[in-house]
Amino acid sequence: MLPRFWRKIKYRYNLIGSKCKNCETLYYPPRNICPKCRRRGEMEELELWDEGRVISYTIVHETSDDFKLNVPYIIALIKLENGVIITSQVVCNPSEIKIGMKVKPVFRKYGEDGEDGVIYYGTKFVPAD
Amino acid sequence: MRVAIVGVGQTKFGELWDKGFRDIVIEAGIEALEDANLSGDEIEALYIGNMSGGRYLGQEHISALIADYSGLTELHIPSVRVETGDASGGSALREAYLAVLSGMYDVVIAAGAEKVTDVGPELAMDIMASTADREWEGFVGATLPALYALIAKMHMERYSTREEDLAMVAVKNHKNAINNPKAQFRREISIDTVMNSPYIAEPLKVFDCAPISDGASVVILASEEMARKLTDTPVYIDSIVQASDYVALQSREDITTMKSVVYSARKAYKLSRISPNDVDVAEVHDSFTIAEIMAYEDLGFCKKGEGAKLIREGETEIGGRIPVNPSGGLKACGHAVGATGIRQAVEITLQLRGDAGKRQVDAEIGLALNIGGTGGTAVVTIFRR
Ligand SMILES: [Zn+2]
Repeated sequence: MLPRFWRKIKYRYNLIGSKCKNCETLYYPPRNICPKCRRRGEMEELELWDEGRVISYTIVHETSDDFKLNVPYIIALIKLENGVIITSQVVCNPSEIKIGMKVKPVFRKYGEDGEDGVIYYGTKFVPAD
Repeated sequence: MRVAIVGVGQTKFGELWDKGFRDIVIEAGIEALEDANLSGDEIEALYIGNMSGGRYLGQEHISALIADYSGLTELHIPSVRVETGDASGGSALREAYLAVLSGMYDVVIAAGAEKVTDVGPELAMDIMASTADREWEGFVGATLPALYALIAKMHMERYSTREEDLAMVAVKNHKNAINNPKAQFRREISIDTVMNSPYIAEPLKVFDCAPISDGASVVILASEEMARKLTDTPVYIDSIVQASDYVALQSREDITTMKSVVYSARKAYKLSRISPNDVDVAEVHDSFTIAEIMAYEDLGFCKKGEGAKLIREGETEIGGRIPVNPSGGLKACGHAVGATGIRQAVEITLQLRGDAGKRQVDAEIGLALNIGGTGGTAVVTIFRR
């Protein structure tokens, strides 16, 4: 059961997050309110498309119906050079994935809605070197 | 004013094919009423932990339904469903506790119930993934085991925790469950059983993951004054603290600690004027083996990063310095989602009353930790006899 994907399209496709003008913290996914400054903060949208490094990963072997056809696939936490951390799929041979590996974002298909055939796209990462 | 547990009841956890949702709730409820020696007329309110009746059963409004089928219909008492992911039971206990503490009621029920096996394994995986952030974690295929795997991998990298250490948690909990007649898996397993089981999300294998089970559990709470009239062996809820955190892992500074657990434990110890060393027995949320290792650290049973050492040295076994999950935990007792937090309260009550049979621990102060998702919610309860 994927979320109604179109609402967040631009944030997913271009890694648009938010920056708090008060404390300068970057957030991905975007937030309406800065959890550090709350009402004192002011958010603006910012593209966070950047290279980064894998800080943790897992190779998924059993999953829900939506991703059943993709196993095994890699889920990683990636720390971008701008400091933001993102949960994403990494596209590479599962034997290659390592902590510290340099990766870069790419635009890729994520899934498909069986009933109405809608295809979901988003950002994945691939090895940078 | 203190709030006491005066009765406990629980169904067996597991794949209860021949029983429906209403059947298991009633079974646990009647056991609790018998235990408290109440007729049922005394009950003034119901708080029910249930995570996902809507998706597991297509049934919402479970609160009134339970009141109805428990034979309490004509008392017309208020009944509320409480949902905080798989911490729903712990949160229901807290709501019930607050209701008695407020002076509004003398006798209330805190229950937890989930009927999960009517859906298949893939849908069950999807429903559990909904305790994490659907939009930013679920969307990319991060299931709940995948998210705990990310936590485990980082813990292993930073603190040299090994897959064998995780396996030891499952082995211990299976061993404890042998003596729990309500547990789902009552058989011993070896480190090899765990290590040779297939990966769900590396490094977590089948035997690192708690099963998602059917089950119901009930505790009856009473004001101190009422408790004294009802029983010679009240168990008091000394403090109960709930805390929240960023739901998505990516928003947290450090995923090898759960701030919701650290915060709620610290506050509960303070309210109860105890230190972690004073805890004699604990039931913690081992939905995945890594979660039990992290619980040792976040609850202060050892220093950060030394969780693996605690399990290796046998300190959390029955007979060890701080026995953890004498019931078998979620891993071997089964994880009936919204019922788990109440089941933990049932176990600690039995332990403090000296009614835990062959798995009895010598204990005066007990602790329960119930977690929602990957730590978006934590509920820590301190019990005293
Ligand atoms: Zn700010």
